[in-house]
Amino acid sequence: MHVKTTILDLPEEELVNPGNRACAGCALGIAYRVGLKALGKNTLIVVPPSCLTVLQGLYPIAATKLPSLNVTFASTAAAATGLLAALKATGRKGINVVGWAGDGGTSDIGLQALSGACERGDDFLFICYDNEGYMNTGVQRSGTTPQWALTANTPIKGKLQPKKDVAAILAAHNIEYVATTSAAYPLDLYDKIKKALTFQGVKYLHIHIPCPPGWGFEPRYAVKVGKLAVESGLFELCEIEKSQFRHTGASLKIIEKRRLVPVRDYLKAQSRFKTMSEAETEKIQESITRRWEGYFKSFDDINGEE
Amino acid sequence: MQIIETGNVAAALGVKLARAQVIAAYPITPQTPLTEKLSEFIESGEMQAEYVPVESEHSALAVCIAASSAGARSFTATSANGLLYMHEQIHWAAGARLPLVMCVVNRGVGAPWTIWNDHQDSISQRDTGWIQIYANDHQQIIDSVIKAFALAEEVMIPVMVCYDGYILSHTHMPFDVPEERLVDEFLPPYLPPYSLDPADPANLNTVTMPDVRPDVRGDTAPGYMEIRYLLHKDMLEAIPAFERVEERFRSVFGRGSNPYIEPYRCEDADYIAVALGSLSYHLRDVVDTLRNEGVRAGVMSVHLYRPFPDELIARALSGCSGVVVFEKALSYGYQGALCSDIKSALYRHTGEPGGRPFVVNYILGLGGREITTPDLLDAMRSSCSPDGGSGDETRWIGLRFS
Repeated sequence: MHVKTTILDLPEEELVNPGNRACAGCALGIAYRVGLKALGKNTLIVVPPSCLTVLQGLYPIAATKLPSLNVTFASTAAAATGLLAALKATGRKGINVVGWAGDGGTSDIGLQALSGACERGDDFLFICYDNEGYMNTGVQRSGTTPQWALTANTPIKGKLQPKKDVAAILAAHNIEYVATTSAAYPLDLYDKIKKALTFQGVKYLHIHIPCPPGWGFEPRYAVKVGKLAVESGLFELCEIEKSQFRHTGASLKIIEKRRLVPVRDYLKAQSRFKTMSEAETEKIQESITRRWEGYFKSFDDINGEE
Repeated sequence: MQIIETGNVAAALGVKLARAQVIAAYPITPQTPLTEKLSEFIESGEMQAEYVPVESEHSALAVCIAASSAGARSFTATSANGLLYMHEQIHWAAGARLPLVMCVVNRGVGAPWTIWNDHQDSISQRDTGWIQIYANDHQQIIDSVIKAFALAEEVMIPVMVCYDGYILSHTHMPFDVPEERLVDEFLPPYLPPYSLDPADPANLNTVTMPDVRPDVRGDTAPGYMEIRYLLHKDMLEAIPAFERVEERFRSVFGRGSNPYIEPYRCEDADYIAVALGSLSYHLRDVVDTLRNEGVRAGVMSVHLYRPFPDELIARALSGCSGVVVFEKALSYGYQGALCSDIKSALYRHTGEPGGRPFVVNYILGLGGREITTPDLLDAMRSSCSPDGGSGDETRWIGLRFS
């Protein structure tokens, strides 16, 4: 992998104005601020209705210093394609086109357009910021809401179905670069965006975004909760680069150190899992442990141990 | 150059001559031959444009909306359920004030499925803030597509060019293909007032609040309601703008006429049939027969349906005793939309009640039900008399229940 960026190397120029409309402690604020630094000024950004629409501000004031096109919920990827077509038709080169959608706008209503763009090989970066629900409309379940999470429309039992694996769906399109990251690891996020921009076709980056009001934790704990999701092995930081899968960053460290934080620590840090039973917690822990033991074994096989 | 081709090819040639830069389309009958032709023009290198074979009509218009926001002249085409699948985007394109052009190759809407012609698809999009032009023949299709880009870019409002599926889209007719050099003179390259540009960033279509708000300099910016009012105002201003476009077209190409309506034998008519699209030409035969029978009948097509040139239409109809509106669409639970619009225009712009012509409405041809000349003649004969307006206002032609 290429050189890791440190906090000292991040571009100083801010492309998101301070005083935006994100909630206190919103991890999207971190991801967007660092993400735009990675994208740079020579970028057109497409945004469907989402928390990001709110963060960007109310007409006639905008928080984003990049040209930004707000589009209908289902059409982020198709609109990105339209921007590319216009840039090509009008002879403008070297401008990044980025779709930046929430998990609903990606995994649910936006999936068809995104799949179409992947199949056509349209050359843009699609970023899904995954706060695991329709937060902007008042915390309803989405395709990426994890099992047993309480939401406004799974209010008593929690969501019964497991989280949709969007990165795997995207990888099934055989696009050149699919990666996951977390707002709790902004430098990992920065490096992955930089790297994504070097590939052709649709590039997909899935960012885990802890949401204080939606998940039920104090605003000051967004990074802590985000780290617990990764350190417990529940959310994995990885890359699928030209069909080759690898863990990265903090997830790679888990493999190297053979150390998983109990998932209970992550679940208990939020109120949305408060109705989850011990047995269910155990079951999730077992599935995580089993999965990671597989990773440990593959790692050893590849590295010639055992 | 005169050629004999289909209506869909006429539309494709118009788009090519207009030098559309981005085309996105999804297949639906009877639109497909139009967009297939465009893909052929582009793949063969005859036309310089980006063709995006999208995975849905919703995305087709998304591509055009974004491409137009980034400064490219953009085109799409669809029919029936494809148009309805775009519905959200149709509103969006108008609200965002993008000068797109879309051909609607008119077809009935499911359920139940029909692939045949009527006007329910485009009529149901009447209130979206798009300009709607209805073409009556192949010449009007190709000319209207070229004029549509000129009009759209002058008023910054998208335009639908509607023409009948099969009756026009799939039939071969002779028409003149304008010279490329002249089209370039008539329609210069698209220069948007703003397009997305990293050197001049803007955030387009952001969230508005119910009231107006100040911008960063403290100046009051228009709110949602002001933005929508301006769309309405500019729609109304598109009426005189369309006449200017028509005049320029006439001066460059040497043909053109009334851009709003197309009257036939209406000057002294006691009874005037009104219709959209090719049906109005069918009705000319009926009018000729009635004239031979001594009935002073005429027929008028409405070419520009939105914005509605109400005063002009009312004036054109004010001298007659009865107006017979034939429609291949219906506002279910009331009557044909065109009929309501015409009555509203007459109410506002003509004399005292009683002095106005009566208005009757015939619903026909839904889902491609055959429209026969004898049926039209019967309808006109029963309406073209002083008491022709009595009885049911909305009448159906061609229903067969037993």
